[in-house]
Amino acid sequence: MKADPRGVLTGVHFIDGDHACCEGALAAGARFAAGYPITPSTEVVERFASRVPTVGGTFIQMEDELAASITLQGAVWGGAKAFTVTSGPGFSLMMEHIGYAAMTETPCVFVDVQRGGPSTGLPTLPAQADMMQARWGSHGDYEIIALCPNSPQECFDLTIKAFNLAEEFRVPVMFMMDEVVGHMTEKVVIPPADQIEVTPRRHTRKSVDNYLPYETNGDMVPDMAHAGEGYKFHVTGLTHDEHGYPNMTPPVQDKLVRRLQNKIRAAADRIAMFEEQNLGDAEVVVVSYGITSRVAQRAIDLARQKGLKVGKLRLITAWPFPENKIRELSLKVKAFVVPELNLGQMVHEVERAAAGKAKTFAVSHAGGSVHHPEDILKVIVEASR
Amino acid sequence: MQLTEIRVAGFGGQGVILSAIVLGKAASIYQGAFATMTQNFGPEARGGACSAQLIVSDSPVLYPYVSQPDILVVMSQEASNRFVSELKDGGTLIVEQDLVRVSELKGNVKVYSVPATRIAEELGKRMVLNSVMVGFFTAVTHLLEPDAVRKAVADSVPASFRDLNLKAFERGFEYGATAQAVSPQSLEDAGVAYAQE
Amino acid sequence: MSDLTNPVEPFLRSDRMPHIWCPGCGIGTTVNCFARALIESKIDLEHLALVSGIGCTGRVAGYVKLDSFHTTHGRAIPFATGLKLANPKLNVVVYSGDGDLSAIGGNHLIHAARRNIDLKVICVNNLIYAMTGGQTAPTTPGHAITSTSPYGTCEPAFNLPHLVEAAGAVYVARWTTFHVRQLARSIAEAFQKKGFSFIEVISPCPTLYQRRNKLGDGLDTMKYYKEKSKVRHGAPTSEAGLTMTGEIVVGKFVDRDRPDYQTLVRAQLAESLGDRFVEQAEMVCS
Repeated sequence: MKADPRGVLTGVHFIDGDHACCEGALAAGARFAAGYPITPSTEVVERFASRVPTVGGTFIQMEDELAASITLQGAVWGGAKAFTVTSGPGFSLMMEHIGYAAMTETPCVFVDVQRGGPSTGLPTLPAQADMMQARWGSHGDYEIIALCPNSPQECFDLTIKAFNLAEEFRVPVMFMMDEVVGHMTEKVVIPPADQIEVTPRRHTRKSVDNYLPYETNGDMVPDMAHAGEGYKFHVTGLTHDEHGYPNMTPPVQDKLVRRLQNKIRAAADRIAMFEEQNLGDAEVVVVSYGITSRVAQRAIDLARQKGLKVGKLRLITAWPFPENKIRELSLKVKAFVVPELNLGQMVHEVERAAAGKAKTFAVSHAGGSVHHPEDILKVIVEASR
Repeated sequence: MQLTEIRVAGFGGQGVILSAIVLGKAASIYQGAFATMTQNFGPEARGGACSAQLIVSDSPVLYPYVSQPDILVVMSQEASNRFVSELKDGGTLIVEQDLVRVSELKGNVKVYSVPATRIAEELGKRMVLNSVMVGFFTAVTHLLEPDAVRKAVADSVPASFRDLNLKAFERGFEYGATAQAVSPQSLEDAGVAYAQE
Repeated sequence: MSDLTNPVEPFLRSDRMPHIWCPGCGIGTTVNCFARALIESKIDLEHLALVSGIGCTGRVAGYVKLDSFHTTHGRAIPFATGLKLANPKLNVVVYSGDGDLSAIGGNHLIHAARRNIDLKVICVNNLIYAMTGGQTAPTTPGHAITSTSPYGTCEPAFNLPHLVEAAGAVYVARWTTFHVRQLARSIAEAFQKKGFSFIEVISPCPTLYQRRNKLGDGLDTMKYYKEKSKVRHGAPTSEAGLTMTGEIVVGKFVDRDRPDYQTLVRAQLAESLGDRFVEQAEMVCS
């Protein structure tokens, strides 16, 4: 389905990543956002608050992030495409509702513009230290999808992708920006609406009498109904059967939770997006994401100038982790170098997938700035030995 | 266009960020090059000091921060004190001459001075000083095509102030077209009179 | 056979019976009153959604044959807010307990009342955390024994009608599970209001609250409600505080009008944006 032209600000713009993310949400059809101010993410909802009444939709500033992260889910069950936007401390408060969205299969997008932590940390400065929290932050077993843009243009393009994936898999999608990408201003091209593909809601075609809210057919994702359509369905965060009714028995738990995982895991290769360069002859592969991938690119260029055989794998989807890709590469390369603005998060995933077939080197950084390319270069040189 | 690092700095209300946006837009939208702008956020950026970093290049900009600016534009004494030492050897320093007294400069820096605020006031609106500065910048650096910058100015200000800003751009540009770079030494020797605000 | 059909059965998910509530518990009684209010007010059931939080009362969502949402602890009101704003045609009822609404969800309660979101909140107040085994709630009256106040509570309790009135609710009433007709009437009345309505129902928890405090069984509690309740419509809510064995002020305390949130938002946007304001279309994004 094509985007609704009312939400699409077609043209060439010079805007920051936060604003581009808002435009991506509008282009994707989001007409509802609930938020709570927090640096460095607030510009996304500020722009949404200004834009959405001219497009037809609602923004509400809630009393806290606990509220924002569930208000948006009420809106989804009322028929809207909806999202919320936050940063570290707010993201921590939203964890329970990421679990609720996963359990109730509420399609929605959580934007996290990452800043330095823990706690209040560095409100105005970047980090990439919420990557594991995005994957594991809520209790229990579940899967989510997480995307990592590295430019304002991608903040636009991938926000649309985030909404599309949320609808396709009925899963909360984490949009993992960082302060630099959020506050960086660059050219952003917004195409005409008829060139933007948006995924419609998986709405049931069944009649009121034949509809079971959590019945699946083949692809493990059930079809939805909205409140007010006569289906009189029940939704609960408790373990539930196909009727949506609580059924707290081990077999029902097993069936439900495995499906929630498998609907994503089985599609992991299809969901996986990455950018690769010079992997053909690479002996060392730099695995990076978000703003760090741009800094890493400079280090890679410097390394190749020195004659080192270095390739690039940029993760666009961080979750589900593209482990097959890493496994494949680990059989041909000497080592992986993983720079990230944290003290070691995704590097553990790389190490796990490489399973000892190739060495793994972290280039950690506590956040507050980006790496110096030379620091990454140093580790590339070491890994090439 | 070689990769060029630019820092624009001053105090809040001078249009520091807007200047950087206009230059970045000119490069990336109207001139087919690439531009990345970042700005300093946080409580320290409110009211007082205000600074934007802009990198323009023929190829995509990877590293988003300015480490050693090729061009530094300072519109306040505080900005000058804070950033002048970062300036690259052989770089260009552009100063709001009525607001900034430059000192401790490396010998081979080219310094261009413009009374941007005074020119803007002559035009009747002090707030267009950033467009004067952008015009001056365009003339003395030869980094961007003047028409690209004109388009970017027109595109970045409210419609009701478009003509005034374009006029301000031209005044700054004309002032820059005849301006001579001075070395820091001659600047001091000449005993240029500075006004402090 | 049809003579034997329970009149409220069409409103219930009979395939989910029996329910989990204890003998003597008042929650079922309130559901009965709710169903009767639906009959009486001829509400369009297709456009009625019910949202619950967590707790014994939170389970109501699972038993009513409506679009029903059993959400997270304390967050029924913000969920309901999103539902209502996305589809203003829905009548949205929040049905939850005192702990859920006024402790963990207290912040949302006051802000929804302040904004005057068009929600009907039914708060079943059993003065205790029942689902988790009888711990102290913000509503537990002084000196009551609970599993986390084994020597008696000493914290002052919330007077919920007073709280929500101060925060801005347009309709505030309180009944006990003894007052079934009055309760049903109040619920029906709330459906006629546009804005944040709050109905508190004092309800027994014989298993945990009454037993531990030697207040007898369910029947004894009904007697207490009958004898000690005093109907005072329009009573100042400041006088409606509860004690363990004292008088229970019941009645309709507040019935006033002020524009609800969505009316205010639409007016503000239309005024500020003029022709640029676009009314929210039906959001169904199928």
